[in-house]
Amino acid sequence: MPKLKVSLLTGRTIDQGKGKEFGKLSEEYWKSVAICEMDPNDIKELGIRENDSIKITTDFGSAVVRAVKSKRTPHPKVVFIPYGPWASLIMNPRTHGTGMPSLKGIPAEIEPAPKERVLSLPELLKEHYARE
Amino acid sequence: MVPVISGVTCPVCGSFCDDIELVVKNNAITDVKNACAVGVAKFLNYTNHRHVIPLIRKNGELVETSLDEAVRKSAEILVDATYPILYGWSSTSCEAIRVGLELAEEVGGVIDNTSTICHGPSILSIQDIGISSCTLGQLRHRADIVIYWGSNPWSAHPRHIERYTAFSTGRFQATAWRGYLSRLGAILTKKRLMRAVNLVLRRDVSAPPGIDRRLPYSLFRKGRKMIVVDVRRTRSAELADYFLQVEPNSDYELLQAFRMLIRDEELDVDEVAGVPVEILEEVADIMIGCELGILFFGLGLTMTKGKLRNIDAALSLVRDLNQRTKFLIMPMRGHFNVTGANVVFTWQTGYPYAVDFSQGFPRYNPGETSMIDILCRGESDAGLIIASDPVAHFPREAAQNLVKNPLIVIDPEVTPTSLMADVVIPSAFVGIEVEGTAYRMDHVPLPLKKVVEPPENCLSDVEILQRILREARRIRRRYN
Repeated sequence: MPKLKVSLLTGRTIDQGKGKEFGKLSEEYWKSVAICEMDPNDIKELGIRENDSIKITTDFGSAVVRAVKSKRTPHPKVVFIPYGPWASLIMNPRTHGTGMPSLKGIPAEIEPAPKERVLSLPELLKEHYARE
Repeated sequence: MVPVISGVTCPVCGSFCDDIELVVKNNAITDVKNACAVGVAKFLNYTNHRHVIPLIRKNGELVETSLDEAVRKSAEILVDATYPILYGWSSTSCEAIRVGLELAEEVGGVIDNTSTICHGPSILSIQDIGISSCTLGQLRHRADIVIYWGSNPWSAHPRHIERYTAFSTGRFQATAWRGYLSRLGAILTKKRLMRAVNLVLRRDVSAPPGIDRRLPYSLFRKGRKMIVVDVRRTRSAELADYFLQVEPNSDYELLQAFRMLIRDEELDVDEVAGVPVEILEEVADIMIGCELGILFFGLGLTMTKGKLRNIDAALSLVRDLNQRTKFLIMPMRGHFNVTGANVVFTWQTGYPYAVDFSQGFPRYNPGETSMIDILCRGESDAGLIIASDPVAHFPREAAQNLVKNPLIVIDPEVTPTSLMADVVIPSAFVGIEVEGTAYRMDHVPLPLKKVVEPPENCLSDVEILQRILREARRIRRRYN
């Protein structure tokens, strides 16, 4: 399975902003944040199509999200995930004494995940945050 | 006659637009004018996915309870904890924040607002270096160079460019809107021509996508211009006269390179952060040549490698620029009242965020008393979250430690955090159902309006916090 080393950015998008106002449990929110915007050439390099599941892994965890083509290119090997519960799974919590974790420019690895499904928000909460 | 309420402030982002018009019929907002897409989404959908009845966790399930019971349980959790955290505050009114600080002092907890994971590093740098800033009105009327660095206002502050900077019509500066339209027209014509040529020749003759670093003519003429510096081409970058693409985690180098060029020093390298030095020299000349420049910076500087040191460099760059021209700088604050949270924290405790009351007096040491650090070290033993959603936005390790302990959530919306809570107290939406005060990103306080009645039993954040505070005091008196 091909793997791609990338630099991961997170941030706001207008769809994420709208999605959160529709409600965090809404379809719009899920569609706007459980995604990874990639350069079309990187998608091609992974041998996948738009909207396929990909697994993105950092030193701090991994998450399965949908790959979508970035509208403004080129940005080879730089990928973007909007703020939200999916991005939070792979963020770097270390603050180096500043109080601020590193949420942009994190080294990550992407691989196709044809057999894995993007979790819904309740599933994600249950899997990662449920109390034993 | 349909009642239209004008001059409503928008309780979404730090731009805190105050020209919204709402049409209200039968205690419901039916139409919104002047707001951006996010503002419209909030005003028209705020009633979806909301809590209206207090909930309490029993046998692992959230079940309905009375407000008195929820308040009593919350006060008990906070009083019984040895190191509770009180977090959120940026999406509520200054009046509620004031009561929150009193509560934190009463229960000996740590109180922190969302700037801890937003512009916290900017605050640390401003405390070190100082800031030459202004109000947005001045920029609307006078700024001729607008730089957005590590910020995508089109997505995060959608009306910022239109209301306060490049596309606004000021008394002394005309809007740059027409220039943008002609640029957009030229791009579309070029694309159409290319498509036609490709069709005729039956092969793709368009140039492979690459980074075009040539400086456009519009940067050298008089009048308003906008430059965006970012690691990727955003929609804001497309609106700008010039987009400077910088390599991820290299903003510090680029800022320091600009500082050298502005001091007329030579750079002994060909490129900095992936940008050729000739381009930097030209951009530096344009910055020096302005009448009034403004550098807006976003989380692209605070969240990346260097963090507060990036802001040190940006503030110092503006200080250097002021030797040659007039330049100002302002952080692009995220939530509508995150500035207010810093202001109220400071006037009540002396510190803008990450305030620890565990020793009976306010103590401030970001890195130690800041939320992410406390949670990652697993030190807190209870939490109160208000108007915020840390389970969705904190790194997993921090969020896992937050939900491990008893958790109180005061929020009108159903959020991942409220779904994981032990006590949920639904509040009324501030700025829609209750009034208050909030601070715009340039520290201008504006009123939050009440336009509709809240649902029955949904109190304001202020009243809920006052009830918890009263109950906490009663329990502590009983213990003593």
